[in-house]
Amino acid sequence: MEKPIIRLVTCGSVDDGKSTLIGRLLVETDSVPDDTVDAAKSVRRSGSTIKAGDIDFSLLTDGLEAEREQGITIDVAYRSMNLLNGRRLIIADAPGHEQYTRNMAVAASRSDFALVLVDATRGIRTQTLRHLTICSLMGVTKIAVVINKLDGVGYSEQVYKDIQEGLKETIERLDIKNIHFVPVSALAGDNVVYGTENMPWYDGPTLLEYIQEWDVEDKGENLPRLNVQMISRAENFRGLAGTIVGGKFAVGDEVAVLPSKKTAKISQIATFSGDLKEAEDGKAVTLVLEPDVDATRGDVIELADKASLPADRFAATVVWLGETDLIHSKSYFLISGSTQIPAIVTNIRHVLNINNGEHDAARVLKTNEIGVVELATDAPVALIPYKQNRFKGNFILVDRATMNTVGAGMVKHSLRRSANVSEHHYDIDRDARAGQKNQKAKVIWLTGLSGSGKSTIANALEKELFSLGMHAYVLDGDNMRLGLNKDLGFTREDRAENVRRVSEVAHSLYDAGLVTIVALVSPYAEDRAQARALFPEGDFAEVWVKTPAEVCAERDPKGLYKKAAAGELPNLTGVGQEYEVADSAELVIDGTGLVDESVELLIEKFFS
Amino acid sequence: METVISSPSVLEALENESIEIFRETAAAFRKPVMLYSIGKDSSVLLHLARKAFAPGPIPFPLMHIDTTWKFKEMISFRDETAKEHGFELLVQTNHDGIKDGITPFSMGASEYTRIMKTVALRAGLDKHGFDAAIGGSRRDEERSRAKERILSVREPGHRWDPRSQRPELWRTYNPRLAPEQTMRVFPISDWTELDIWNYILQENIKVSPLYFAKERPIVWRGSQMIMVDDDRYPLKDGETPEIRRIRFRTLGCYPLTAGVDSDATTMEKVVKEVTELKLSERATRLIDGDKEDSMEKKKTEGYF
Repeated sequence: MEKPIIRLVTCGSVDDGKSTLIGRLLVETDSVPDDTVDAAKSVRRSGSTIKAGDIDFSLLTDGLEAEREQGITIDVAYRSMNLLNGRRLIIADAPGHEQYTRNMAVAASRSDFALVLVDATRGIRTQTLRHLTICSLMGVTKIAVVINKLDGVGYSEQVYKDIQEGLKETIERLDIKNIHFVPVSALAGDNVVYGTENMPWYDGPTLLEYIQEWDVEDKGENLPRLNVQMISRAENFRGLAGTIVGGKFAVGDEVAVLPSKKTAKISQIATFSGDLKEAEDGKAVTLVLEPDVDATRGDVIELADKASLPADRFAATVVWLGETDLIHSKSYFLISGSTQIPAIVTNIRHVLNINNGEHDAARVLKTNEIGVVELATDAPVALIPYKQNRFKGNFILVDRATMNTVGAGMVKHSLRRSANVSEHHYDIDRDARAGQKNQKAKVIWLTGLSGSGKSTIANALEKELFSLGMHAYVLDGDNMRLGLNKDLGFTREDRAENVRRVSEVAHSLYDAGLVTIVALVSPYAEDRAQARALFPEGDFAEVWVKTPAEVCAERDPKGLYKKAAAGELPNLTGVGQEYEVADSAELVIDGTGLVDESVELLIEKFFS
Repeated sequence: METVISSPSVLEALENESIEIFRETAAAFRKPVMLYSIGKDSSVLLHLARKAFAPGPIPFPLMHIDTTWKFKEMISFRDETAKEHGFELLVQTNHDGIKDGITPFSMGASEYTRIMKTVALRAGLDKHGFDAAIGGSRRDEERSRAKERILSVREPGHRWDPRSQRPELWRTYNPRLAPEQTMRVFPISDWTELDIWNYILQENIKVSPLYFAKERPIVWRGSQMIMVDDDRYPLKDGETPEIRRIRFRTLGCYPLTAGVDSDATTMEKVVKEVTELKLSERATRLIDGDKEDSMEKKKTEGYF
């Protein structure tokens, strides 16, 4: 299959002569405007040894002002280059210095091919192994190892062979099948676009020849899929607009809408220029289904008899891009195609040592680390293994507070727990149970510092509700930690898991029709928001028991503040750890006031 | 070495990618807008938007930042195009700037651009509460643009921070916004200038007549030919415009946009000329020559 646009990632650092190599490729294929070339003849960075009047090729690709000052490339840049036979090469130039993993992953994610630069004067370095590892991981299966600066080692065949030999083991371990070695001098122009007399021992293609000969292999998986981006409406028209990924759809195909699994036939493939009988990978179309089954943005259309099985649990490799660590139990937005859904990392299996391929144990993933994790999404999504198709098996993780893209994920496989444990629906529902007790089920979530008075208020509230003939139950954080949560500590991650478990228990009690009173420090706004998300609006009330830290420390009913002061309790909220104020609370109670007044306030607000 | 430029299959692939980005923007944002500058890139952008949403209408308005110094033929073309395709057209002008007497002659080109274009653009986006603005920038235009994302976040105040761009992987775009952030979206990032021209030719897209050679009144400013489009242009003592057969490779404010000698009266001839000339289009626009890296500076302030 011939793709009109080939995407190429270049890996290496400025020291390897990468910018010079790309600059020369661009200039010698007429892909740079003349005035830009002229500028590269006159402008010089300080310390440059390139003769005035010669082109400083590296100036053509180094982009931003700050980077040029430092003489390094710090962000991925994209360049277009025309090839013979009418194809287009888009080069993603990945910087080799700091942030290498993150930038390389970005550049490699869409690339079909990779150029991995090795400086012949320095030989194989750790970064070469990293580059190969990341390329292999991101699914770049064709690689040219460009051994540069051979002019600096007298065009020695031995140096070339040593490097080839030295990479053999890594290449075998990573199972890279399509790899080629090209000896070049980017500076002198040997073997880049034009051949050379300087290396008579090499009779292979020049780098450009090699790139042009490359063809994108048709991989095994070629089933069509359409990510529904939007519903297209016009007079007497309702269609599903999206881009086809993977294979070919034709009018008359029996398709399934995922995750709902409703089936229909394609009755029309509409485009601006007229209807098509069939459309394949990469084509942006609008599908009309017959019957017009319910489908919405984020749904996926596949052939009905070969539809993938949506799942809500996955094992995935994640490249961590965020500045703050990935922690399990924290909720992120998972975005894949047009699907956006909350997801939590339930387990970090290991972190990959990208220098030697070994798996190390880890509790968190830090910036630039790559790990294998397990994820749970809020609802089933149709992701398939990345190895089968990178555009159907990728996702990004987005931090819910900053909305930054913090993780790049590649699905290994779905964990079929959700398929084995399907939700059981009972005939008697929550409303029936609550109705029998003459009440409405709800959750009152008391949050605040240790010693703020949560448990006291919870206890008094239950007594009051009891006397009103209602059925309530108190879930107390301390009591929970004696049983269900006794394996948890007080780190950020463990607190998140603590809140998650308590909120799930609260949900069961709520479902039983009870008024559930939770008394839990729950210091992080995000964790509380996640608990809230389990319940229908109006049935969950966050109540902040607001008591100054000094008052809590003075009360100190459990002696915790004394311990903290003595340095025995580093994670006490309000002392060693922060309490994030409850801005979203439905009610704020002054914890220094009288308990009876607090209860009265609660009854008035939520039970009358 | 003979290279084939902008083959139909490349243009088709680029078109499909752009449509995907258009649809994603229309569906994922609360209130998007498309910036319409009347130039060739905007004409292609408009054509792609029509393709993306057919048979439905373009689901967002188009906004033109009018400095009041545009070529007259640009404004008439703009209004005709809006009428022909029936899209909602918003026009935004920095009236305070005009009141303060700001013209292309009262100050340096880059400060003029900042006040009349960047400030007006920010005000227009704020006024209507747009959370995403679609623009026609391309990565081949200029070096700092080579690193810009397709979905590019703007911090409060529309600032662009090149140091904290979101990583963009695969074709998976992150359209989520934190409070007060907005998004700029560049659906034709991967297109080159020659792709634009060849696509206009292939698709028979209407562009402003200013792109075609015609006898026009010009004066020389340095080595640049400036068309005297109205009587606001300050002529030197005794200077009379000369009539010369010129066309424009880019469009903007007429006192800041130089023409080139040309006989290209049809799109075929324009494409042939552009292909042969291969001089960076922005070299004919005066503002970018101000200082190296001026584009990056303007962008950090909120310019497109």
